[in-house]
Amino acid sequence: MTLEIIGLTKRYKGGVLALDDVSLELRTGESFGLIGESGSGKTTLTRCILGLEPATSGQIRYDGVELTRLSGAALRRMRARIQIVFQDPYALLNPRMSAHDIIAEPMIIHRATIGLDGKGRTARVVELLSLVGLNETHLYRRPHEFSGGQRQRIGIARALAVGPELLILDEPTSALDVSVQAQVLNLLHDLQTRLRMTYLFVTHDLGVVRTVADRLALIHRGRIVEQGETETVFRSPASDYARMLLAAMPEPDPDLSPFHRQPEVSAPEVSAPEVSAPEVSVIDP
Amino acid sequence: MSGTGHQPQAQAFRRAMYRFGHSWLSIAGLVIVVALILTAVLGPALVPYPEHVAGAIRTAARFQPPSSRAWFGTNEVGQDVFSLTVAGSRVSLLAGLGVVLLGAAIGTLVGAVAGYAGGWVDEALMRLTDLMLTLPSLILAMAIAAALGPGLGNMVFAIAMSWWPGFARLVRGEVLAKREEAFVLAVRALGAGPARILGRHILPNIISPIIVKMSLDMGFAILTVASLGFVGIGVKPPTPEWGSLLSLARGYVPDYWWTAIFPGCAIFLAVFGFNLLGDGLRDVLDPKTRR
Amino acid sequence: MALLEIENLHLAMRSFEGEAHVLNGIDLALEQGEIWGLVGETGCGKSLTGLSISRLVASPPARYTAGAIRFAGQDLLRADEAAMQRLRGRRIGMIFQDPTTNLNPVFRIGEQMIDVALHAAGTDPSILGLQADASRSARRKAARALAIHMLDRVGIARASERIDDYPHQFSGGMRQRVLIAMALIGRPDLLIADEPTTALDVSVQAQILRLLHDLVLADGLTVLMITHNLGVVAQLCTHVAVMYAGNIVESGTTRAVFKRPAHPYTRALIAAVPTARSVRGRLQGLAGSVPSLIDAPPGCRFASRCAAAQADCTAGTPPAREIGPGHRVACLHLAEAAP
Repeated sequence: MTLEIIGLTKRYKGGVLALDDVSLELRTGESFGLIGESGSGKTTLTRCILGLEPATSGQIRYDGVELTRLSGAALRRMRARIQIVFQDPYALLNPRMSAHDIIAEPMIIHRATIGLDGKGRTARVVELLSLVGLNETHLYRRPHEFSGGQRQRIGIARALAVGPELLILDEPTSALDVSVQAQVLNLLHDLQTRLRMTYLFVTHDLGVVRTVADRLALIHRGRIVEQGETETVFRSPASDYARMLLAAMPEPDPDLSPFHRQPEVSAPEVSAPEVSAPEVSVIDP
Repeated sequence: MSGTGHQPQAQAFRRAMYRFGHSWLSIAGLVIVVALILTAVLGPALVPYPEHVAGAIRTAARFQPPSSRAWFGTNEVGQDVFSLTVAGSRVSLLAGLGVVLLGAAIGTLVGAVAGYAGGWVDEALMRLTDLMLTLPSLILAMAIAAALGPGLGNMVFAIAMSWWPGFARLVRGEVLAKREEAFVLAVRALGAGPARILGRHILPNIISPIIVKMSLDMGFAILTVASLGFVGIGVKPPTPEWGSLLSLARGYVPDYWWTAIFPGCAIFLAVFGFNLLGDGLRDVLDPKTRR
Repeated sequence: MALLEIENLHLAMRSFEGEAHVLNGIDLALEQGEIWGLVGETGCGKSLTGLSISRLVASPPARYTAGAIRFAGQDLLRADEAAMQRLRGRRIGMIFQDPTTNLNPVFRIGEQMIDVALHAAGTDPSILGLQADASRSARRKAARALAIHMLDRVGIARASERIDDYPHQFSGGMRQRVLIAMALIGRPDLLIADEPTTALDVSVQAQILRLLHDLVLADGLTVLMITHNLGVVAQLCTHVAVMYAGNIVESGTTRAVFKRPAHPYTRALIAAVPTARSVRGRLQGLAGSVPSLIDAPPGCRFASRCAAAQADCTAGTPPAREIGPGHRVACLHLAEAAP
C-alpha cells in the first residue's frame, strides 16, 4: 500500500511549469516530509495526488492503482483511503456548520463504503472528538467558537472519519502559535502510532520536519533537489539548496546567530557598553 | 463559556443585536419598516373612512385642507387622503415584497448555476443577464405589463423580470468567491459532489449578502411599483396605491398640495426605511465586517 | 535616559462580551541602539503595545486606564493627534507584516516614497538637504533622489530604474525592503517592526534580518521587533521581552533570557519550538490555552497552565523581580519552577 509518484509533471495554462519530473515513493507506515518554500510546487503536488488538479504527464500509483486515470465511483472510493488536513484552520471549516456536521460529512459522502446511520455517525463523531483531544461538549459548536488549535483538531477528526490509510498533512501547523503547534504535532505523532497511518507531511519549516519525518524530500522550483533519511539530510546535506535552507533557518539560540554580538563590540557608538558587558557574565556554564 | 447546542446561537444573535443596536440609523430604519408593516397589516381596518378606500366619493367635501376630521385633507372627489395613503401601503409593500422575492429566487438560481458550472453555461447565462440589464427596467416592465394587462400579479411579474439580473450577478460573484475558499476545497477533497457543495456549503454562506440586497432593494421595488402606478400601469382603481394617488394629484399640486405631499412622503419613508435597515443588516450580517 | 519608556501601561478594550484588560501593566525601556524583541503568542498584546507607541489604537473601543509612554521625554499618551502625526514617519518609523497590502497597488513605488519623504520633510526640511524656502520642484527632485538612495541602501539593484515600477513588479522580499526603506526615509530614532518577516520564506527572511541588522548598526537605530518567532529574536535582537496575556513575564538581554529562562512560560515556549537539533518524536508541549482577558481573575495569568503554580499565585499580579543584571522576571516561585 505504498504511494508511488513517477515522473510527475504539471504545466499550467500559460506554460508555468509547477512540477518537473517529480518522482517519490512513500513506504507504508512511514512519515515522509516534503519541504519547499512558497511557489516550490509542493501544494500542486498534493492537489495532483488528491485528484483536485489533473497532472500533465507522469503517474501516481497508490496500492497498485493508477490514480490519474480514476474517475467517478472509483475515484470517490479512493478518496476514502487518502485524506488531507489543510493549512489554514480558520478557513477550512464551513462557518455555518457545527463540529458534529463537519466531522460527520465525510461519512455521509462515503456512506456506501462506511455504512453508518445517523445515530452511528454521531457515536463515531464523539469517538473521533475524543481521539483528537476534544469532547462531547464541543459537538454542536460552530467553528468560530473554537481556537485555532481546536479547529485544526476538528480538521484532523474530519480527515480521520473515513478511516484513511494515507494522510496528507499540508502545512497543518504553520498558522498556529508554537505552543499550540507542539500540541497538534504531538497529537499527530500519537495518532500515527495508534492508527498505523502513512503520513505525507508538507511543510516549509525544517524544525517541524525534523520532529515529524522519517524521510524527507526537498522540492525547489518544481524539482526534487534532495531526498533521503531525515537524520542524514540534516547532518550532511548534499545539495546547495539544502545547505542554504539549513543556514537560513533561525534557531532559537543566540549562540547560533550569524550576527553574534561582535559587531556591537566593534561598533561602540551603537551599543552602550553596560549592555554588552554584563551579558558576558551571565553566560550559562 | 457556553456548553450546550443552542446557547452559542443565542449568543451570536445577541451579539448581532448589540452591533445593530449601536447604529441609531439602523434602529430608525427598523422602526420605520415595522411601522410600515403594521400599517399594511392593520391599517385598512383602522382607517377613519374605510368606505373611501372601497371607492366611495363625497364631492361636497373635495379639496379640504388637513384638519382634525381629515388629517391629510381630502382629494378631488372628497376622499380622505389619510385613509387612502394608509390603505395604499398594503399594495406597495405586497408588490415590493413580491418583486424582491421573485427576483431573488430567479437571480439566485441563475447566478448559482452560472457561477458553479462555469464554462459555456456561465457564458450563456451571464450574456442573457447582461442583455436584461441593458434594457431599461421601467420600459421592460411597462412592455410586459402592457402585454399581460394591468393587475397586481402581472405588475409584480413584470418588474421581477427586470429585477433578477442584479441578484444573478451578485450570487454568481459570491459563488465564484466561495468556491475558491479552503473549506470548499476541503469538502471536494472529501469527495463531495456538486449538489452537496453548492447546497450545503456555498449557498448557506452567501445568504447574508442576498438578504441585505433584498432589504436594500425593497425600497427601490416599492419606488418602481409607484412609478408604474404613476404612469398608469399597475393596480386598477379604485384600489389605492401610492403611485396612482400621486399621479391623480399632480394636476392640483400648487393649490391642493396635501393631495400629493402625503402619498409622496409615504413613498419616501418606505424607501428610506428599507435602505437604512438594509445598511444596518449589512453591518451585522456581512462576514467581511465581522469580528 | 531611555529613548522609549513604557511605564505601567494598562489598556482596556470594550466589546460585546465586556471589557478586556488586554495590556495589564507593561513596563519596558529601550535605550538608544538596542534591538528589542517583543515575543508572545496570538492575543498576548504585543502588537497592541507596538501600536500604542505610535498611538494607532482606535479609541474607543480601546481605553488607556493607566500608565505612560515616554518617547525622548515626551508623554505620547498625552500628545495630541497633530503632534503624533509629526512623530510618525519621521521620528518613529513602522513596518508591518504583510508587504503586499501595505503598498498601494495603483501608485508607483517612487510616488509612494516621495510622498513619505515630503511628509517627513514637512517637520524637518534637513531630511531633503534643502532650505525651508526651497521651491516645490526642487523639493520633489530632492525627495526622488533620497528615495533612490534609500532603495539602494536596502539592496534594491538598479534603484534609479526600479523606482518607477509598481508594487506588483516586486517580489515579496523586495516589497518588504521597500517598506523598510520607506520607514527609514524620515531618519527615525525608533523603528517598530511588527512581524516583518512572517509572510516571507526562510531564505528571504534571513536576508531581511541581515539588512535590518546592518541598517541598525549604521544608523544607531533603536528597534522594537514584534514577533512570535523565537528564532528571529535569538538571531537579531540584543534584548527580549516575553509577553503572556497582557503582561511582560520576563525581560532581559537575549542571551540571559534564552540561556537562562526563568519564567515557566518562557521555558515552555522555548521548549516547544522544533529546531534543527530536535529529534524525531514528541515535542514538549504546553497544555491548556490562554485565559479570557474579560473579568480576568487577579493574580498571575499564567497560573492556570503553570506546573509550579501555588495558592498565592492567584492573589495578585506578581511583581517583576531582577534576578540578574537587567534580567527581570514576574514570578513568585522561581526556585520551584527551576528544573
